[in-house]
Amino acid sequence: MNSEAGMIEGTFQGRLGEFTLDAQICVPATGVTVLFGPSGCGKTTLLRCVAGLERLRGRLVVDGAVWQDSGRFMPAHQRPVGFVFQEASLLPHLSVRRNLLFGFLRTEGAKPISLDQVVSLLGLEPLLERGVERLSGGERQRVAIGRALMSQPRLLLMDEPLASLDQARRGEVLPYLERLPAELSIPILYVTHDWGEAQRLGDRRIPMAAGHTAEAAPIDKGSGETDLSARMARLGPEGLLAELQESGIPHDVGRLTLAALQSGLDPWDPRAQSEK
Amino acid sequence: MTARRALLAGIFASLALPRSPAVARAAEVRLAVAANFTEPARVIAARFEAATGHRAVLSHGASGQFVAQIANGAPFDVFLSADASRPIQTEAAGLSAPGTRFTYATGRLVLWSRTLNLVDPRGRVLSAGRFEKLAIADPKTAPYGSAAIETLRRLGLEARLAPRLVRGASITQAYQFTETGAAELGFVALSQVINHRRGSRWTVPASLHSPIAQQALLLKRGADNPAARAFITFLKGPEAQAVIRRYGYEAS
Amino acid sequence: MAEVIWLTVKLAGVTTILLLILATPLAWWLARSRAWWKEVVGAVVALPIVLPPTVLGFYLLLALGPDSPLMRPLQAFGVRTLAFTFEGLVIGSIIYSLPFAVQPIRNAFQAIGDRPFEVAATLRASPLDAFFSVALPLARPGFLVATILTFAHTIGEFGVVLMIGGGIPGETEVLSIEIYRLVEALEWDRAHQLAGLLLVFAFAVMLSLLLIERRTGRLRP
Repeated sequence: MNSEAGMIEGTFQGRLGEFTLDAQICVPATGVTVLFGPSGCGKTTLLRCVAGLERLRGRLVVDGAVWQDSGRFMPAHQRPVGFVFQEASLLPHLSVRRNLLFGFLRTEGAKPISLDQVVSLLGLEPLLERGVERLSGGERQRVAIGRALMSQPRLLLMDEPLASLDQARRGEVLPYLERLPAELSIPILYVTHDWGEAQRLGDRRIPMAAGHTAEAAPIDKGSGETDLSARMARLGPEGLLAELQESGIPHDVGRLTLAALQSGLDPWDPRAQSEK
Repeated sequence: MTARRALLAGIFASLALPRSPAVARAAEVRLAVAANFTEPARVIAARFEAATGHRAVLSHGASGQFVAQIANGAPFDVFLSADASRPIQTEAAGLSAPGTRFTYATGRLVLWSRTLNLVDPRGRVLSAGRFEKLAIADPKTAPYGSAAIETLRRLGLEARLAPRLVRGASITQAYQFTETGAAELGFVALSQVINHRRGSRWTVPASLHSPIAQQALLLKRGADNPAARAFITFLKGPEAQAVIRRYGYEAS
Repeated sequence: MAEVIWLTVKLAGVTTILLLILATPLAWWLARSRAWWKEVVGAVVALPIVLPPTVLGFYLLLALGPDSPLMRPLQAFGVRTLAFTFEGLVIGSIIYSLPFAVQPIRNAFQAIGDRPFEVAATLRASPLDAFFSVALPLARPGFLVATILTFAHTIGEFGVVLMIGGGIPGETEVLSIEIYRLVEALEWDRAHQLAGLLLVFAFAVMLSLLLIERRTGRLRP
C-alpha cells in the first residue's frame, strides 16, 4: 500500500452517462506527462477525475498523499492542483489581476510562486488591469495558466489548452508552455490529441483510446523531426505505422501514407491535419 | 360528419318549436344587487320568474362599483343598493327613471361573536371590554359600518373602542373577520347570522342608529322594459316581502 | 395621506428585504439541485402567480387566525392572531411576491452554468466561498430584477391586504386599499389622484427595469 514518494499513481473506473472509463496512471511526479489520444477517448474525463471534478470509483495517490481511495474522496477545492481548461474560463466579474490572485489568496502556507514571477513568465504585464472580455484567446489562456500557477499547485493539469486557439495564437502561447517545466518544478499532466504539441512539450505519453489507457512510454524528444521519411528511416516502416496509429490516425490512412512513402512519393503527414 | 349534422338539425328544430304564449312575450330584466342581499335576491328572482314568466339576470357586487359602472353605461335595468345614499346620487345624476326610488328592505344591526357567552343580550360586553378586536364594515362605504359607529357613539364608547376596530371593506368582510375569530366579535347584518344556532349576539335596538335603509330604483335603461317594471312591482309585493323578512330584514 | 404612502412604501421595503434573504437559498437550490422532485417545489413556488389574491388572502386569514395550528407557538406569547397587523401583511406579501423574487434569481444562477464553479474549486474555493465570491456577483442582474419586481408588486398589492388588513391606520391601511375605498365612496377625484400617483410609480419602475437589462446586457462579454 505504500507508494513511493515522487509518483502519481491512480486508477479510475466507472460510467459517466454513455461513457465508460477504465484508466490507470503510474508516472513520476516530475516533468510533463501527455495524455494522448483522439477526441472522445476519455482523456479529459481522466484529467477531471484527477482534479476531483468528477467522482468515479478509484484510487489516487500523488507524491505520497492519498487524494482518493475506497474510504475517502478529497473534494476538488482541497486538492493542491492547478487546472487550465480548454476555454480559459476566466471569471468575468474580475479583472485579470483579481483572476490571477483568486487562488493565491486562498492558499495557506508558503507561496513560492509570486505574482511577479508569473507575470514575467507569461508576459502578462500589459494585461493586468484589463477586464477579461477585452483579451484575445491567446492572452486569456496565458492568464488562465498564470492563475492556475498562482494557487501554488503540486500538480498542474492542462486540458487541451491550445485546442481552441487559431494557428497564430497557438504559436504565441506554445513557447510559454515550453518554459514551464524548466522554470517551476511542478509536474504537469497535459491532455492533447495533437502529436506536434505532445512531442514538443511532453517527456512521456500515456496513450488512450475508448476509455482505456495503455502503458506509459517515453516521448522521443531528441530528434524533433517531423519529416516523415526521416522518421521512417529511424523507426522502420512498422515503427512509423505504430506511431501513426497511436496518434489516432486510422489504420488504412496509415498504410496508405506508408505505401506512398515507400513508393518514393512525398505525402503530407496525416497528423498535421488534426488541428482544429 | 353525420353526427354533427344531426346535432345541428336537432338544435334548429328545438328553436322552431312553438312556445307557450307567456314565454313568447317574455322580457329580461338585469339586476344589479348589493352583495349582502345576494341570497334573498336569488329567491325573489326565482319566485318572480315562476310568477310572471319573465327572466331575471342577477349581478352581485359592491354598491359603489355598480354606481361607477352604471354611470358608464353598464346594461342594468334595476339597481338594488346596500344603502340609500348611492341611489340618491344615482337619481341626482339623472341615471334613473324619476320617482322610482324606494326602500325595499331595512337592515338590522347585530353585535355577534362565534364564541358562546361572549356577547350578552344587552351588549354590555362593549363597555366591559374584554376583547382585542371588534370588526365593523367600513363606515365610509357601507351603511352597516356607519350604523355601527353611530351605535358606539350613542353608547359613548366610540373614542375608547376606536383603537380596537378593524374595518372590513364590506359587511361581508366584517362577517368573515368575525366568523373566523380573527376579530372576537363584530357588528354584522342580522341577515348573515339569522340561521346561526351557535355563537352569541345582541340585536342592536334600531333606536341607536339611523335606519339602514336599502333602496332600489329603476334605471333609465329599464324604464321601457316590462320585465323591469314587473320586477319592481313584485319586489314591493307580499311574496317578496315575506322572503325579505325571513332573511332578517325588516320589510318596508 | 402621507401616512398611507409611507406605510405602503414601508411594507414594500420590508417585504423586499426579507424576501430576498428567503428567496436566495431557495433559488440556489432550484438552480443547482438534481433532485427529481425539484420542479414540484418550483411549481409550488410559482402558485401565487396563478392563485387569485383574494383566495390567497382568504387562506391567510385562516392561517393567521386564532384557530390556526400555525399560530399556536405564538399564542404562548400572548399573540392571538396576526391578521390586522403589519407583520401579518408582511407574511402575506412575502407569499404573494415569492415567485417574483425566486424566478429571476434562479434564472441568474442557472445562467452561470457549472464552469465558473469548477474554476473556483480548482482555485481552492470551498462551495460556500464560491457562492459568495462567484455566484452572487455573477447573479447580480437577477437580484436587481428580483428587488424591483418584488418592490413594485408589493406596492400594488390589493387582494391579499383586502382580506387580512382590516384597514387599521398606520398598520394596514395601504395605498391600493385607499384607492378602492375612494371609488366605493364615490370620491372619484381623490381616487384619480392616487391612482395617477401609483401609475407614475409603476411606470418609473418598469422603465428602470428595462434600462438595467439593457445596461447589463451590454456588459456581458
